[in-house]
Amino acid sequence: MIQQNLVKVGMADLNIATDGAILKTTGLGSCVGLTLYDPVRKIAGMAHVMLPSSEIARETKMNLAKYADTAIPELLDRMIAAGAYIERMKAKMAGGAQMFAMSGHTDSLRIGPRNVESCTAMLLRFKIPILSQDTGGSFGRTIEFDSVSGTLSIRSVQFGTKEI
Amino acid sequence: MSLFSRFEAFELDVLKEVGNIGAGNAATALSRLLDKPVDMAVPKVSLLPFEEVAERVGGSEQIVIAVFLRVEGEAPGNMFFIIEEESAKRILRQLLSINAEEHEGYTEMELSALCEIGNILAGSYLSSLADFTHLSMAPSVPAVAVDMAGAILSYGLMQYGEMGDSALLIETTFLEDCQSLEGHFFLIPDPESFEKIFRALGVVSE
Repeated sequence: MIQQNLVKVGMADLNIATDGAILKTTGLGSCVGLTLYDPVRKIAGMAHVMLPSSEIARETKMNLAKYADTAIPELLDRMIAAGAYIERMKAKMAGGAQMFAMSGHTDSLRIGPRNVESCTAMLLRFKIPILSQDTGGSFGRTIEFDSVSGTLSIRSVQFGTKEI
Repeated sequence: MSLFSRFEAFELDVLKEVGNIGAGNAATALSRLLDKPVDMAVPKVSLLPFEEVAERVGGSEQIVIAVFLRVEGEAPGNMFFIIEEESAKRILRQLLSINAEEHEGYTEMELSALCEIGNILAGSYLSSLADFTHLSMAPSVPAVAVDMAGAILSYGLMQYGEMGDSALLIETTFLEDCQSLEGHFFLIPDPESFEKIFRALGVVSE
């Protein structure tokens, strides 16, 4: 098997891939793995979003990739700089799980669903359609996004691998 | 990162000692449960980028059994007891004579047993910390999950996400002699809790 070029995206990180490379991020729990794709130029982008909104940021030097509302514009900028067109872009996403069902805790522990909501709202603002998603549940996911086909493959412990 | 930049070696030593005391009690509890001697490694206290937290238990995709407890009280935080699959099955066999090695996955009974073990250990860890610091700390009802380490641990790092890209970990490893029974304890205090812990221990920051 020919090892394709793998681009790793860490936690609270984003990256883009061209020339047939594959973007990969591991261990998505309540985080959301969001991918954008320009099918004509075959430019792919992936962000591993950790929190829904940068409003709560208290850090001095902000990591744009961490928050849904800053990661998506940043990823768009990077892809447009690489030659992608926003009008052609399609989105897919996975993750946003609720890893532990805890009683007596409210908002802060609903972080997974809130991440998904926030990503959806941002994509709507940029008028980028969401082709498919595999979100929610209570299990972790590892995802790979192929910049040739635009296929998002999702692997989980319980359910094996599936492609969307 | 202003919160962490003023952490001195001395303060890290204090946190290490805090971890040591808690883990000592937890190791005793585990040893009683298993009726076998259990060794404990000297705790590691480290400030780690998110990425590396999961590396400590074998990588982000490593499948682990995790018991999660939210620590409530004066010094809140998150706590994980993480064991690898092989160790989990060994614990089940020794403690409950359940032969879990023959089948894939875990039954509800097995998970419940592991959850309770995590609960007992976490409870003994916390109560010794609370005694030592005179701070009230109580664990929530435990939750258990079998999944990728990255997915599980990121859950405990959310509060840190608002502050920076690293988390402070107090981590202990247990070893049962001869047989490798490995369990990891992660105590991830909320950012606000550090000051309280230091003050309680007589370490005046600033």
